[in-house]
Amino acid sequence: MEGVDHPVFDDRSPGVEEQEPAASVLTYTTGLLFALVLTLASFAVSQTNLLWGPGIPVGLIVLALAQIGVHLVFFLHIGFGPESTNNIVALAFGVWIVLLVIGGSILIIANLNANMMPM
Amino acid sequence: MTIGATIEAVPTELARGRGGGGPAPTRTVVAYGFWIFIISDIAMFSALFAAYAVLAGQTAGGPTAGDVINLRHVFIETVFLLLSSYACGLGALSAELRQPSRYLIFAALTFVLGAAFLFVEISDFVDMTRMGAVPSRSAFLSAFWTLVGMHGAHVTSGLVWLLYMAGQVVAKGLRPHVLRRLLCFSLFWHALDIIWVGVLTLVYLMGAR
Repeated sequence: MEGVDHPVFDDRSPGVEEQEPAASVLTYTTGLLFALVLTLASFAVSQTNLLWGPGIPVGLIVLALAQIGVHLVFFLHIGFGPESTNNIVALAFGVWIVLLVIGGSILIIANLNANMMPM
Repeated sequence: MTIGATIEAVPTELARGRGGGGPAPTRTVVAYGFWIFIISDIAMFSALFAAYAVLAGQTAGGPTAGDVINLRHVFIETVFLLLSSYACGLGALSAELRQPSRYLIFAALTFVLGAAFLFVEISDFVDMTRMGAVPSRSAFLSAFWTLVGMHGAHVTSGLVWLLYMAGQVVAKGLRPHVLRRLLCFSLFWHALDIIWVGVLTLVYLMGAR
């Protein structure tokens, strides 16, 4: 086994803490600024006529998705690194469930409402 | 070909996180487990969001979303929650740098801002009760109280957990297992912000137009 001196395959016992590259104050500050700007934008879009009326819900949803992305990247530190792979797969499954439950409910109930007998 | 040579043939960046390079650090495993809990919590919230989305118009002649929502308060709540998340993040940094006193200062900030959020939310609930907008009034109000109240309940339990974690930092210091619990708390607190983004958008901003 001599010659194996790669930094990752050192003689640490399994499960020993390694010093993670810590997120910096800058990461959190950037995230906070993005989040505040997106929040202000959401309030502005909902309370003014910046967007064409029927487009406002779409605009709000887009801003909310951007906001969620900011939180994931800057606060929850979900990235493209190998440490994040499993978390991203779990997250993708969660997003799938959320889309099924919310989208499915809205679709089905709207359909039922449309087919109700006139009262 | 020795085993060592085989392992070395896999580039480090590809091997890590895919079973190469030995077991993942405990910290990564714990965070992953807690992440799965958070995903399950979000799946639970999705049911409440779905209920609200389909019941939002069913006001039974009672107060509508526009009647019960005070957007000024909601904006203040959002800012409190964002700043609380920021303080939580800075606290996590201090903890990683093994600075317990700085951690405790940021934990206190996190707590105060979270409590301020809850205070505004509860005072809004009290106002709603006074105007008769109670959960039993209409399907819309049932869904509203359940969804917003569930988020508030999560914030409340987060505050209790935060007190408990501050106690652990004082009593035990920033040991590895305390650090891992702090990491889970951070994940929980930041994830509550993500839920709030959904509540803010679906309930408040779309409701108060």
